Amino acid sequence: MNDPIEILKNEPVPLERLRQRLMSEGQAEGIVDAVYCHVDSPLGELFLAATRLGVVRLGFSHETDAPDLVARDVGPRVLEAPSRPAVHTPAPDSPLAVLGNARIELAEYFAGMRRAFDVPIDLRMTGFRAEVVTALAGIEYGQRRSYKELAAALGNPGATRAVGSACANNPIPIFLPCHRVVRSDGTWGNYRGGPDAKTYLLELEAA
Amino acid sequence: MEPFENLIQIHGEAVWRVCRALVPPNDVDDAWQETFLAALRAYRTGRPVNPRAWLIGIAHNKCADIHRRRYREPIAITDPGAHLDPVPPPQEPNPVWEAVARLSQKQRQVIAYRYLADLAYRQIAGILGGTEAAARRAGADGMKNLRAMMSLEFMEVEEE
Repeated sequence: MNDPIEILKNEPVPLERLRQRLMSEGQAEGIVDAVYCHVDSPLGELFLAATRLGVVRLGFSHETDAPDLVARDVGPRVLEAPSRPAVHTPAPDSPLAVLGNARIELAEYFAGMRRAFDVPIDLRMTGFRAEVVTALAGIEYGQRRSYKELAAALGNPGATRAVGSACANNPIPIFLPCHRVVRSDGTWGNYRGGPDAKTYLLELEAA
Repeated sequence: MEPFENLIQIHGEAVWRVCRALVPPNDVDDAWQETFLAALRAYRTGRPVNPRAWLIGIAHNKCADIHRRRYREPIAITDPGAHLDPVPPPQEPNPVWEAVARLSQKQRQVIAYRYLADLAYRQIAGILGGTEAAARRAGADGMKNLRAMMSLEFMEVEEE
């Protein structure tokens, strides 16, 4: 005879159904700080997180601490979006609805069908770094700026390194296009997603 | 504080099994839901020292609430709009869960917390009140009763 406890522990748990209902009721009550999902892309699996105010983080596949950073920045009540789409359409200002829009726009971007993002950005930072990553949104699709030019445009021509550092720590790459910032000598410089990812994005936008 | 998601992934199944042991099959999803909603509401400031024990403590109270509600309301009022899945998929009848349901309440709770949620007897005593030794005794008696009921069940099968 088998151990009765083993039999009990082997019964499958309907976790997906439970999670879906928790997400739905938690959002209705307004107690979900952020939701996230993983999406397939030509750059590998991307981590995408949103609050009800906007996209709050995009992480590349090696950035396994991305959920922890979201919890640190917006609060610990962070849930993973269920893999099945919700039975009911989420309320338009809910984190899940923002995440859904961000996913769609990202897929359109990679398909070459979108040149600018409409989904709002929820930027959880202040000071010069916030100025830098906000200015990124002004660099249009297919355009490039050097770190030096960006520093000058922000009225701080000596701050090239600070601009580089702000770009390196951009919480929402692609949506805030730090890949469009390159070195003055024409080489492409560093990218958190890796040099191949930066090449891919610049070539996608040049096509 | 770590994302609340981690708590669901690490402890979600154990909490469900505890609820499965403590409330009737049709109430298990509600008990799990009320437990995690209450935990989500409270998960704002300060990480619980032991998340597993914290969640099981909440589940303990929510399951007791469900028993009280059912006792007070002999006619269940069901609102079909209250759930995403108005018709929960039928649970496979499982003789071990039925045996667990026949244990005394105390033994059932201790078996669930000790063996399905892997809590220490010290933590179980903290949830139930009473001493660690009493919890340990209820656990041993519960396992003995469970095995006795199971061997009866399986003897009938073996004799065929």
